Amino acid sequence: MKILVVDDELDVKALFEQRFRKEIRNGLVNFAFAFSGEEALQYLEQYGHEAVLILSDINMPGMSGLELLDKIKHGQLQPIPIVMMITAYGDEENFKAAKRLGADDFLTKPVDFTVLKEKLKITPNG
Amino acid sequence: MYLELIIILVLLSYLRRTVQRDGSDPVLLQRINIATAISITLLAVSGFLSNKHGLGAWPTHAFALLVLYVGFKEPRFKQARSLFYAVLPIVFIGITDDLVRLLAPRFHADYRDFFQTASVFGFVWLFAMWFIVQRQRKALDKERKIALEREKDLQLTEKIKAELEVQVADRTAALTQQKQELENTITELKAAQAQLVQAEKMASLGELTAGIAHEIQNPLNFVNNFSELNTELIAEMLGELQNGNADEARAIAADIAENEKKINHHGKRADAIVKGMLQHSRNSTGQKEPTDINALADEYLRLAYHGLRAKDKTFNAQMKTDFDSNLGKVSVVPQDMGRVLLNLITNAFYAVNQKKAEMAKQAGASYEPTVTVITRRYANKVEITVKDNGNGIPPALLDKIYQPFFTTKPTGQGTGLGLSMSYDIVTKMHGGEIKVDNRVNEGASFIITLPA
Repeated sequence: MKILVVDDELDVKALFEQRFRKEIRNGLVNFAFAFSGEEALQYLEQYGHEAVLILSDINMPGMSGLELLDKIKHGQLQPIPIVMMITAYGDEENFKAAKRLGADDFLTKPVDFTVLKEKLKITPNG
Repeated sequence: MYLELIIILVLLSYLRRTVQRDGSDPVLLQRINIATAISITLLAVSGFLSNKHGLGAWPTHAFALLVLYVGFKEPRFKQARSLFYAVLPIVFIGITDDLVRLLAPRFHADYRDFFQTASVFGFVWLFAMWFIVQRQRKALDKERKIALEREKDLQLTEKIKAELEVQVADRTAALTQQKQELENTITELKAAQAQLVQAEKMASLGELTAGIAHEIQNPLNFVNNFSELNTELIAEMLGELQNGNADEARAIAADIAENEKKINHHGKRADAIVKGMLQHSRNSTGQKEPTDINALADEYLRLAYHGLRAKDKTFNAQMKTDFDSNLGKVSVVPQDMGRVLLNLITNAFYAVNQKKAEMAKQAGASYEPTVTVITRRYANKVEITVKDNGNGIPPALLDKIYQPFFTTKPTGQGTGLGLSMSYDIVTKMHGGEIKVDNRVNEGASFIITLPA
């Protein structure tokens, strides 16, 4: 499974790679990273079919996570990828907006990796 | 002889008038009355006296001399003395005439014409003197009247002056009171202004709080995650060591070290944000210190952005930075310069947000709201530019933007103190300059120049 992670924090890459080090080692999952909405769209246009899941921070400078979600769900991409949104805790407004725009699942910040792994149905060590 | 008495009577009546006019002295008046009575008596009895050899005239002569002598000696008749001179020759000629007639009747008879002529001259003298005295008296009266009027005028002037002085005193008292009231008002206004400045600071802190929370959350997440990871990695490393896989253990140790760096980096990031917040809320120390302007601008750009995001979820804008890496440290009061940057950046975000709302109503219009912070180093100054691509400032408002309490924001949304305080901080506190490059419909750039 190839997952595109979108966030404006550069260290997210190191964090995910370490948190999922065993899964990556075992070839269960493969990560790509984009640090802005624009970069994510570019990546999807190029390798669209490979990305099946996007973790996007709604609160991003430039194109926001919600805009990106809208573009992914209502754009030219085929097949339409699954999108999981990360929202700040208790942010009802963004939760509803994301749901309306077609987000498939939600995570609250800070990310609980155990919950994320369960959602991705990846079990450690295969 | 009759003539002599009549002249004396006239003289007496003139003196009486003088005495009465000068404020009647009863003793003097009585004397004059007595003299008058004697004159009338003499006049009445002279008809019965024998006039042989002119003897009957002697009482009159004696009386006339007495009146003249007493009158002449009297100091209160000093002014009337010329009248005595007028009367004196005729009395003297009368006496001489009678004396010569008594002692040398023949001589008198021979020179009768001479004596008569002398009498005529005496009269002429009398009338001439009388005329002159009268004229003098009239002139004197006139002068006296003028003097009296002057005196009256003077009194009137004095009265008016006194009234005016009272008025001036009243007015002065009123003005002093007004001045005191105005001074009190100014003191109150100064206190109110200080409170407003504090309120503005707190308002901007409120705007910052959400941004700060967001900014702090991310580094803390990293600190928590990487420290948890390190715990796991250490367990793994120990496992590898037990299995004798030294190379694997070393690789893990390198990862742990890398993570430790990240923990430290994000910890410091959170620390800087908290310090920034404290600096912002604290009263300015007014102490200039070498400050990394790029870091300061970056910090406030992010804080302003996330602050606005937190208030308005639909808000979004590109934030760009174009920093001169050779900027070096600039001596500024960090809290105050931070407030200036925060103000300018918040305004810029507000401007692009306004334009975005306008453009959204127009079909087919594409607009990318962007706020850019640019720093530049020059020979002896640095330039910080906060640029937006909003609608710019309406030219009519350009000269008002630095006025305290001037705001275009809806009531309750802006204090109108942001730019006014920024202006003071840049110009008065740092000896710098703040100017605006305004392009209608294209945006505004606020350019701060600081000596460095």
